[in-house]
This record gives sequence, C-alpha cells and structure tokens, in this order.
Amino acid sequence: MAGIGPLSEEGLVRLLDHTGERVADEYFGPFAEHLTFDDLRGFWRDMIMTRAFDTEATSLQRQGELGLWVASLGQEAAQIGSGRALRDPDYAFPSYREHGVAFTRGIDMPSILRVFRGLEHSTWDPAAHNFHIYTLVIGAHTLHAVGYAQAMDWDGLVGSGDPDKDGAVICYFGDGATSQGDVNEAMVFAAVNNAPIVFFIQNNQFAISESVTRQSTVPLAQRAIGFGIPSVRVDGNDVVAVHAVTRWAMEHARSGAGPVVIEALTYRMGAHTTSDDPTRYRSSADEDYWRERDPIARVETYLRGLGELPEDFEEAVRADAKELGRVTREAVKSWQPGPTDTIFEHVYAEPHPLVDADRAWFAQYEASFTDKEVTR
Amino acid sequence: MTAPTHEQVSSDRLAPEGLAPVRTLTLGAAINAGLRAAMDRDPKVVLMGEDIGALGGVFRVTDGLLKDFGERRVMDTPLAESGIVGTAIGMAFRGYRPVLEIQFDGFIFPAFDQITTSLAKLHYRTKGKLTVPLVIRVPYAGHIGAIEHHSESPEALFAHTAGLRIVSPATPQDGYDMIQQSIASPDPVLFFEPKARYWDKGEVDSTRVASQLDLADGASKATAEMSKARVAREGTDVTLMAYGPTVRLAMQAAVAAAEGGVSVEVLDLRSISPFDYETILASVKKTGRGVVVHEAPVAYGTGGELAAHVAEHAFFHLHAPVLRVGGFHMPYPGSKFEHDYLPSLDRVLDAVDKVMAH
Ligand SMILES: Cc1ncc(C[n+]2csc(CCOP(=O)(O)OP(=O)(O)O)c2C)c(N)n1
Repeated sequence: MAGIGPLSEEGLVRLLDHTGERVADEYFGPFAEHLTFDDLRGFWRDMIMTRAFDTEATSLQRQGELGLWVASLGQEAAQIGSGRALRDPDYAFPSYREHGVAFTRGIDMPSILRVFRGLEHSTWDPAAHNFHIYTLVIGAHTLHAVGYAQAMDWDGLVGSGDPDKDGAVICYFGDGATSQGDVNEAMVFAAVNNAPIVFFIQNNQFAISESVTRQSTVPLAQRAIGFGIPSVRVDGNDVVAVHAVTRWAMEHARSGAGPVVIEALTYRMGAHTTSDDPTRYRSSADEDYWRERDPIARVETYLRGLGELPEDFEEAVRADAKELGRVTREAVKSWQPGPTDTIFEHVYAEPHPLVDADRAWFAQYEASFTDKEVTR
Repeated sequence: MTAPTHEQVSSDRLAPEGLAPVRTLTLGAAINAGLRAAMDRDPKVVLMGEDIGALGGVFRVTDGLLKDFGERRVMDTPLAESGIVGTAIGMAFRGYRPVLEIQFDGFIFPAFDQITTSLAKLHYRTKGKLTVPLVIRVPYAGHIGAIEHHSESPEALFAHTAGLRIVSPATPQDGYDMIQQSIASPDPVLFFEPKARYWDKGEVDSTRVASQLDLADGASKATAEMSKARVAREGTDVTLMAYGPTVRLAMQAAVAAAEGGVSVEVLDLRSISPFDYETILASVKKTGRGVVVHEAPVAYGTGGELAAHVAEHAFFHLHAPVLRVGGFHMPYPGSKFEHDYLPSLDRVLDAVDKVMAH
C-alpha cells in the first residue's frame, strides 16, 4: 500500500465487484463461503429496508417534521455487511449515521428520529440491544468503546472458546474522525491493553465538505501500523467483502488476539446532513461515478443474474420497505413533546438542590403565567 | 452537524474596497467583511477551521475568502480542534495572526486544554516575551432548533481563565468592528458569535474601525474599544444587562416594559472578560436596579459574577438584588423544549417586575 493516497481503490478486499461479478480472495474468501443465497437475499433486504427508512427520514425533514437528518445513503453495504457479522454478545458503538447497523441490532427504526425531532437525546436502552446511543462529538465514543472492551475482557467474555459467550466491541467512525486526538488515544489504549475491539472506519471520503485528503496522505488503514494494530482495507460498497472482513476481525478480537482496524472505502451519496449543500465542494461527475457503484445495485445484479431474486420475494421486500416508511411517517407525525417539566429529570441520579430549585421555580412560573392569563 | 445555510450572507457579501462606507449587512456578512478587511490590512492574518474553505463555513461566515485569499490563508484543517488551536499557537510565535473557527460551541472542548492551559498562560509564563494573538471564533447559543451540542453557551468556562479576553457582538456594526479589534489585539480573544442572530440586518459604517486601527497605538485602542459596554437604550428605573444573543430580547423587554410605565436602560455588554464595570456601575447607580440576561445556565455563571460585583461596589445604590435570567442547571434539552429553557420575553419582564416591586 506504500505510496498510495487515501482514496486509492488499489488493494481493497473485494468479493463482489460493481458489475455484480464474484471475485476470488485467497485470504478473505473463506470467511464468506458459508453465505447461502438466503443470507445474501437477507443482506439485500436489510439494505433496502435501511434505505427506505433513510429516504423517508430525509423527506420528513424536508417537510419540517425533523430538525435535521443525517443520511446513511450509499453506506448500506458497509453497515449491513458489518452489522450482520456481529453476534449477540458483541457490543457496537455507532457514531450518528449507522442506521443500518441499528437495524441489524433490532432497534425500532422510527424511534431513532425522536432525537432528530428534538424530543430527547437518545431513545433506546443500550444494554437491551448491545448497541450504544449515537454520539455527535466526533470520536469521543471511541475511547468509551475501548474501555468497554477492556471490561468485557476482565469479565471473562473474551477468549473462552465458547461462541455463545465470547464477544468483542465494534466501534464505528468516519474518515474525518481519524484526525481527532480521542481516536488516536483510543488506538493507543486498545493496542497496549490488547483490547477486544474492532475499529470500523467508514471512509465515505468526506468530513462535511473536506475530502479525506485533508485528513491523511495515506490510506487510513495504514495508521493502524504505527499503533501496532493489524488492519485491512475493504471495498465498503461490497456487502460480501465487508461481511467477510468483519467476521474475521471480530473473531480475532473475540479470541483474545487484540484489536483490529477495518477501513471500508465507501461514498456518502447524499449530503452530509439535510443542512448541507454538496454542490459547493464536489462534482457531479464524482457523484455519477459512485452512483454506478451503488452498494445495493451490485447485490441485486448478482442475485438476479443467477435467478436468485425471485419476483415474489422482491415484491414482498418492497412492500415491507414501503410499510416501514409508512410506519415511520405516522410515528414521527404523532410525536408531541411531553410536559416541559420532564426536562428536569435525569440530570443527576440522586436529588440535587439546584435542579430541584430550578424545577420548582419553573413550575411556579408556569402556574403564575396561567393565572395571569385567566384573570386577564 | 451543519446548521441552516446562510444564503443571505453570500447574497449581500461585500465586494472589496471602493464601496459605500455605510452599508446594510447581516451580522454574518458583517463578520465576513471584517475578516476580509483584516486580511487585506495584514498579510499575517490567516484563517483556520473545519469547512471554512470551499463551503465557506457551515454558517457561510468565511464565504468567498478562499477564492480571494487562497489556500495558504484560508485553511481547511483536519477534523481536530486541539490541533487547530495548538498549531495556531505555534504560528503565532512566528508573528502570524491566526483566526480560528470552531464549528459549534459544543465542539470547542477537544481544544479546552490548549486554550486554558497553553494559550491563556503563555504571555504570563514568558514574562511577556511571547504574545499569542489568536482569535477563536465560536458560533454559540441556541434558538436554531438544533440537535445536541449545537446550542450551548460555554463562555463562563473560559471567562474563569485569566489570560483570555472574551467578547460577543450583538449587531452587524459590532460584528464588523469587533472582529477587527480582536485580531488587532495582542491578547488571545474568544469571539462568541450569536448564531441565531447571524441573519439580523443593520447598518455598518466601515470607516470607524479603520481610522482607529491606522493609529500608531491602534492595537491598544482597539483592545480598549472592544472592551466597552454600549448603552443600547437609555432608561431610569432598571438596568437590563445582556450580551450577544440576548441583546435583542432585552431591547424587546424594554419596549414592553415602557408600555407598563417602567423605564428600562439596556446595556449591550459586548465584552465578557473584562466586563466594563465603569459603564455598568454608572448605570446601576442611576437606576438602582439590575437584571442580567444570558442564555448560559445561571448557576456559577457570568451573571453571578456581575451581580456580585455590583453588590460589592454599588450596594447602597441598590433598591433590589440584581436578578439573573438564564438557562437552568441542566444539559441543553431537546430543541422542542428550548423555548422553555431559554430566557424569554416573559421571563425577563417577570424579573423586571420583581426588581420593581422593591
Ligand atoms: C468534535 C467535533 N467537531 C466538529 C463537529 C462538527 N462535525 C459534525 S460531522 C463532521 C464531519 C465528520 O466527518 P467524518 O468523521 O468523516 O464522518 P461522516 O459525517 O462523514 O460520517 C463535523 C466536522 C463535531 N460533531 N464534533
């Protein structure tokens, strides 16, 4: 990999190319051999569902129902391929764009949007899904992930050889995040403590407007070398390769062999968020090139070419996706903020006089306000 | 996350020199024009930040500057706030004047160590041999319906650190003048920009600050000038003290109170460190009552500092304790609740009523 830039497609692990052809890989091929057509149809379904949800969320934002939306458009293979390589005991730390991984962890998809509607800062119970809440402060969660992984190790959940018990952590972040001190510190801690963690970099080529070339002059996976962490670069739009590579990496971590860095080269097909305007910093030729590498299309082409995407199956999936969109829309529109008084809850686990005083003041203030209106 | 685009800024972006000295600009466009003027004046002024180049910043405050000044002076940095501030400190050692953009209030904290441990103390530690004239621009405060970490008011955390100057403009004129004064000042300055006010328009006279900065002691004059409070409205019964995002609210409160027969004097404090106590005490001694309004949480905040100082220095002039109106002791809540969390017209008037009851 020496001498190539951070956007090079050279040396990427790939098992299904963008024309829908299977590619051989001596090392990682075996990690995908177990996949049946049912499995691949399942990946395809997961990606369709994720995209349907994502598309619905974008249009809800456009209609003013959400304050903001952070789309996963184009990154479905990276997210589903890796998410489906996780086992129940594994724990995932997302950043804020991993709606596909959320889907694989059984998160109620519409509930993700409560945060983006401004109702609360998180919705699901992380422990119930082994899926942490989203983190907006770039890179902060990578350190939490390492600590969690170390603690899993102490608790005997790593390297016992029992597949029902052994687990590891997977931590997702973007190419921009790799520049943060926290992320580099996380890799130091993971390496020296041999923590059971897989750092999963979704290199979608942009940190808002900045190309990954502003973050690195070499492929991001190469960073790992300096920390003493094995790493692999994978075609992030190839769900089969992502799956194979993540299976290998998670097994490595679960067995007690230590951390791994995966860099999945993908492309953010949409804007950074609904507030962003990508026309200011990238060309439509670039977008077209990557649209042709749509991660969903290549599985579809592959399966269809082999007659493995029966019409009735496809129709059923499209109907499910439509239904998810409908359920999402109805849920979001039905959510109203609860009483303001609830915002004073959970600042501390134990009573705190300042919070109590503010809460009491607010209650009294609201009451006096209503009285005034009544007497007026 | 990126905030709403700021088309107004680009549409009334200033052309370079040669235009009318007085123009109507938004606050965002006025800061943009001020940056441009500072870069024209001094080739050592360089801009650094995330997405400030081709994108023009998520609020478009640096729009067009990359095109006109090039990549060496308008730098899209790696995504690392500690790196932005830390490397800029080194540049300042060689006489550069970096002006940094931190994308949002809630993302300044990775740089907190560099700002409070290094930046603030270098002049003191080197017994004045090194000056570190950094300006750190921070879009801050709420009212834009944003998600977590995009609406915070962390000024008190920095005001507590000696060695930093902290200012916050509320009007386009101040945006234009104070950014240039901050850049001219030899001290490090945290320049807090009220993001919800970026689109407010006002007249900007570009001659005022230019003539000041041309003076031999321009840097000292500029530092002194940006540290002064402004009497935004005169009154006799209550002094309402505000800065940045709450100045407009204070003005509305003054108008509303006047209808009820209460004469409110509004101070736009402009500078938080230092506070202009001369102007503040003169006003409070005249009215005998004070209310301070900021978006930041009240507990342990800048309003408490003000209230204590006024009590210490104007105790016998006061008819009532100085009241504070601001955020609660809690993390910034979901945006659907921000109207109840933030000071509102009613809450300000409620405080005015209370001090008037004494
Ligand atoms: C500490 C911090 N600094 C700045 C931001 C503002 N911000 C939000 S997303 C983003 C770009 C992130 O890029 P990357 O890590 O590549 O992830 P992507 O959004 O592309 O998935 C920035 C600068 C932030 N959220 N946190």
